[in-house]
Amino acid sequence: MPINYYIFLSIALFVIGIVGVLTRRNAIIIFMCIELMLNAVNLMLVAFSKMHHLAKGATDATAGIDGQLFVFFIMVVAAAEVSVGLAIIVMMYRNIHSVDVNFLNRLKH
Amino acid sequence: MKNVLEIVWLIPLLPFLGFLINGLARKILSKPLVSIIGCGVVLASFALSIWVFLQVKSGNTHTANYFDFISVQSLHIPFAFQIDQLSVIFLLIITGVGFLIHVYSTSYMHEESSEHFGRYFSYLNLFIFFMLLLVMGANYVIMFIGWEGVGLCSYLLIGYWFRNTEYNKAANKAFVMNRIGDLGFLIAIFWIISKIGNANFSDVFSDTARFTPGEITTITLLLFVGATGKSAQIPLYTWLPDAMAGPTPVSALIHAATMVTAGVYMVARSNALYSLSELSQNVVAIVGLATAILAATIALKQNDIKKVLAYSTVSQLGYMFLALGVGAYSTGVFHVMTHAFFKALLFLAAGSVIHALGGEQDIRKMGGLNKLKITSSTFLIGCIAISGVPPFSGFFSKDAILLAAFEHNKILYAIALFGAMLTAYYMFRLFVIALSGNFRGAEEQKEHMHDSPAPMTIVLVILAILSVIGGAVGIPGVFMKGGDKFSAFLSPIIPAKTGEAVSSSTELSLMALSTVLVLVAIGLAWFRFRRYSFPASKGIGKFFENKWYVDELYDAIIVRPLDKLGEILNEALEKSGIDALVNGVGKAVQYGGRQLRWLQSGQVGSYVLLMVVSMVLFFVLQFFLKK
Repeated sequence: MPINYYIFLSIALFVIGIVGVLTRRNAIIIFMCIELMLNAVNLMLVAFSKMHHLAKGATDATAGIDGQLFVFFIMVVAAAEVSVGLAIIVMMYRNIHSVDVNFLNRLKH
Repeated sequence: MKNVLEIVWLIPLLPFLGFLINGLARKILSKPLVSIIGCGVVLASFALSIWVFLQVKSGNTHTANYFDFISVQSLHIPFAFQIDQLSVIFLLIITGVGFLIHVYSTSYMHEESSEHFGRYFSYLNLFIFFMLLLVMGANYVIMFIGWEGVGLCSYLLIGYWFRNTEYNKAANKAFVMNRIGDLGFLIAIFWIISKIGNANFSDVFSDTARFTPGEITTITLLLFVGATGKSAQIPLYTWLPDAMAGPTPVSALIHAATMVTAGVYMVARSNALYSLSELSQNVVAIVGLATAILAATIALKQNDIKKVLAYSTVSQLGYMFLALGVGAYSTGVFHVMTHAFFKALLFLAAGSVIHALGGEQDIRKMGGLNKLKITSSTFLIGCIAISGVPPFSGFFSKDAILLAAFEHNKILYAIALFGAMLTAYYMFRLFVIALSGNFRGAEEQKEHMHDSPAPMTIVLVILAILSVIGGAVGIPGVFMKGGDKFSAFLSPIIPAKTGEAVSSSTELSLMALSTVLVLVAIGLAWFRFRRYSFPASKGIGKFFENKWYVDELYDAIIVRPLDKLGEILNEALEKSGIDALVNGVGKAVQYGGRQLRWLQSGQVGSYVLLMVVSMVLFFVLQFFLKK
């Protein structure tokens, strides 16, 4: 499959994520959109890594392997982030009985 | 072997030590101790000066180099003293007359509190120190140090009674006027250094070929600007009459006998330069003569005893510059000497009168002071001497000046002769009104009237004797062959005048003419002012009484326009220019801050949007604009 398909899919996912973060007020949905963006990046990395390996694999067995490695890093970080983020959202719900991020602008006062 | 004159550094050092002791310990020392220190150091300097004079007289002149005062690359200004015929005469005048005035001051200032008494004597000693530096310096830079120093001391002493605002203003005026002149002097020094490479008198005067004629004229005129400030010539003379705010002995020492003659000394010292520029000489002569006449006319109408003497000083200084301008440098210096005697005498006698009358200075409230025998008789001697009646000292010096003017230009001579008549007239007006006739003051003053204590009267008598016989060193050759010892003594520094001299019969008839005219002027003054009722002056008299409105003129053309300019600059440049700029920066920052504050809304969404927008912007920049 040509690399273009991966790129377009990845861009579509990323933009959906951005738009979601910008427009939605529910903290959980924003969170999911962030995950979406991270996975768009992951997809990109994997796609390019594969492409690289196909081109150079004959002479260099490890070509493009670092792309795969980064994906794992991102997954680990995302998992950690989810646990912390969800914990924050839970605390937020306990305190203000809402997960609407616009309530949080009270922090500035 | 070192020259014995190496030791001359002691002469200025002693008064400086006196200044330090009296100045620092003025709160501890008692008045007699202050007097002894103050007078003692000057007396010691005087004794040394006499010794130096004898050395110089036996032909030993010397330039003593002590250390490099300024040493920058190729420029070396040594701290050096030049002891020769000219400087030694000034040494004697400064320390001699200075000592007498110190002694007089011990009595005149005895009512001051002990602390201020010490302050007064420390200033006087400091003045003597700087004055000695001025005349001993072997280059223009050292001379300039002394020049500035005496200006400072003059300021301090005019404003000695600093609680009086008027006196402080007079002190400021003197200082500012002097600074204007000093600027000219300073530029001349820089010019000389840039041409010659240093400012030593010996190098400058032996190497005049390195200047173009135009440069010599400019430099000498700039030097003369300095002299007009210090020596109170047109146009910078107006500070001197106001300087009478200081104590009377100060007026005698600084504003009559010594400091104001610094300009004469400087021009006489630079005679090698002045002789090369006819234009400068003419300017000096004309300014001197104009000052002499202007001040004499003002002196005709003044009613303050010290003001009359002040204008008379300005006038006599004008005569000295006339002498310098017509090339008779030694005559000018001769007049400095005789003037130091009789003008110090007149001021001190006036001080004695003021003292006797408890501070009265208005001559309309004086008169009939015959009871003050020594004071009035010495005052009379001073008047005769300054008027130029033979054989008093003033006759010899003034007649020598008139003769020199006659040889130079008949018109100058005629005006100068007229000025001499005016001198005699106003001096005897002063004498007749202030000292003879009936007493016009309060009864109380009459009862308390007494002649001054011994230190004052002794000084008066000594100065009176000097005023009588002081001219004997300069008897013109027509009376006594080789009688003019003064010029002969100065001849190594000031070459004798060349050119045809007038015949002795002309010289004698000129002397007779001036003597007769002076006697006529004295007679006129005597008859006119014997019974004088002081009507309000009008017409030209009023013009003279108001000092030709020169102060008002300066006020109108210099002071007020400058004030106005300052006001305009304050309004236009300061407030709407610089201030507006500074305030504008502040306002712009405040405005910008107020506008940017809306970005900080606290809405997380808006922050993210901003982030995304700017990221997109960077991408656009990166991909499409950067080539």
